[in-house]
Amino acid sequence: MNANNDQYVLQTRNLSVYYGDFKAVTDVNINIPRNKITAIIGPSGCGKSTLLRAFNRMNELVPGSRVEGEVLFNGQNLYAKDVDPVEVRHRIGMVFQKPNPFPKSIYENVAWGARIHGYRGNMDELVERCLVQAALWDEVKDILHRSGLALSGGQQQRLCIARAIAVQPEVILMDEPASALDPIATLKIEELMQELKKSYTIVIVTHNMQQAARVSDYTAMMMLVDEHSRSGTVIEFDETHKIFTRPSDKRTEDYVTGRFG
Amino acid sequence: MAIRKENGRIINGYPNRRADLRKHPRVRETIIQALLFLAGFVSIFTTIGIVYELGKEALLFFRTPEVNLWEFLTGTSWQPHIEEFGVLPLALSTLITSSIAMMIAIPLGLTAAIYLSEYATERVRKILKPTLEVLAGIPTIVYGYFALTFVTPLLRSIFGEDVVEIYNMASGGLVMGILILPLVASMSEDALHAVPNALREAAFGLGATRLEVALKVVVPAAMSGIAAAIIVGISRAIGETMIVAVAVGAGPNFTFNPFRGAETMTGYIVRISGGDLSYDSIDYNSIFAIGLLLFFITLTLNIISQRIVRRFREVYE
Repeated sequence: MNANNDQYVLQTRNLSVYYGDFKAVTDVNINIPRNKITAIIGPSGCGKSTLLRAFNRMNELVPGSRVEGEVLFNGQNLYAKDVDPVEVRHRIGMVFQKPNPFPKSIYENVAWGARIHGYRGNMDELVERCLVQAALWDEVKDILHRSGLALSGGQQQRLCIARAIAVQPEVILMDEPASALDPIATLKIEELMQELKKSYTIVIVTHNMQQAARVSDYTAMMMLVDEHSRSGTVIEFDETHKIFTRPSDKRTEDYVTGRFG
Repeated sequence: MAIRKENGRIINGYPNRRADLRKHPRVRETIIQALLFLAGFVSIFTTIGIVYELGKEALLFFRTPEVNLWEFLTGTSWQPHIEEFGVLPLALSTLITSSIAMMIAIPLGLTAAIYLSEYATERVRKILKPTLEVLAGIPTIVYGYFALTFVTPLLRSIFGEDVVEIYNMASGGLVMGILILPLVASMSEDALHAVPNALREAAFGLGATRLEVALKVVVPAAMSGIAAAIIVGISRAIGETMIVAVAVGAGPNFTFNPFRGAETMTGYIVRISGGDLSYDSIDYNSIFAIGLLLFFITLTLNIISQRIVRRFREVYE
């Protein structure tokens, strides 16, 4: 339990998340390793997205939400009184389920975050580098002035990834980033993630178990606490191949083999 | 289940279903369609009727030998009794009062809208927005007396009684700004509120502050709606009558000094149409010419604003 901070970029300590009186996530204790892809899987409504959003304090945008326990980012509690959520989100970026580029040009989409954080370097270079990293450069290099919304869904999602890495976060949270995309676009995003994990830590929520098995190094299996509860928790966290071949929890086994619900 | 047919109709719980796929008349659809068309037609027809009537009467005015279109548009003296028909004193007064009004209404209205949409909690918003809209429901004559009996004395005590006349454009303009403020705020708030939350989340997710989200994402995305709010506000200011009739004055005056009394285009129209002039006097006909000019000003504004909006808006869907 007393893991060293270099190995784990995010650690939760008895983390529970509430929306008003409703406890959406109960008592999560996981350590997310650096420069790996960690998948969060589980049935609908078990709090996967809520847990993910607790990692960069996006939950706070929902009125009435609150958190118990701790999320340690490089050993520092994100929910300590003196921590600024704006700084948190600068270091822990997010890609959403539905591609949500700004209604601005492709260039401006990537440059936007860098601008608000006062980036001093060469903006053209930054935009190019991020678009290259997001495997989108070749497709858009001649149409940088065009609206980000003119792109296809898969391109838009890669634009959102480029936008996220432009502010140089340490962690990228992805909330079902491919669920609105077709299989080819999905494949591109998955390949991209393998590239990105060299520089970033990725946490991805996914409905798609094959995707989790394909892309992730670690998997957190979430489930409702018990059948009378609407609150979810992580029932098992391990290396992905173990979760999918030799899970230690019977419920995990039922779920990953498709015998669940 | 077997398909049961009666007189060529399939029954199974749908007595209206036919066996064939041929077209048949749907009476209700046709009636509704006609009613909807009629409703649209009435509003267009009314507009055409108004323009026709204005044009017809204005033509009478311009046909009189004492009047000439060029002098009407460029003359700086409006004195019908000595046959001087230059509309600029009236137009300038309208311009000044409207400008003062918009200098109040645009910044305050936008600020209020951004607060309501991006900062206020849902509970506060639900209380404040209807309250703001009540402001817009106060009869304009009340605003007029507010201008005359409260704002004018205030201005005179600040700037001096020898500087500010009892009837003056500043007072009317300021109060008109307060009148238009809720309109601009409410319409802008609607536009801001309609911006999808996904865009806000994207910005917050990049580490943006609430102000950056509001000013650099939400406001640009809502720009077309905000521009519409401003244009409606300007049109309202130009057309506003009661406040200027009560507080601004009742004599045409070509002056740029907002503390002087003057008469706006609408103020002149209401004074003449309320008086006991005979229907075929030249004074009476002149109000139609001014009305037509007002109509063209607002029409031009609308066209210009649509161009601007189309050029600058960020389409988010």
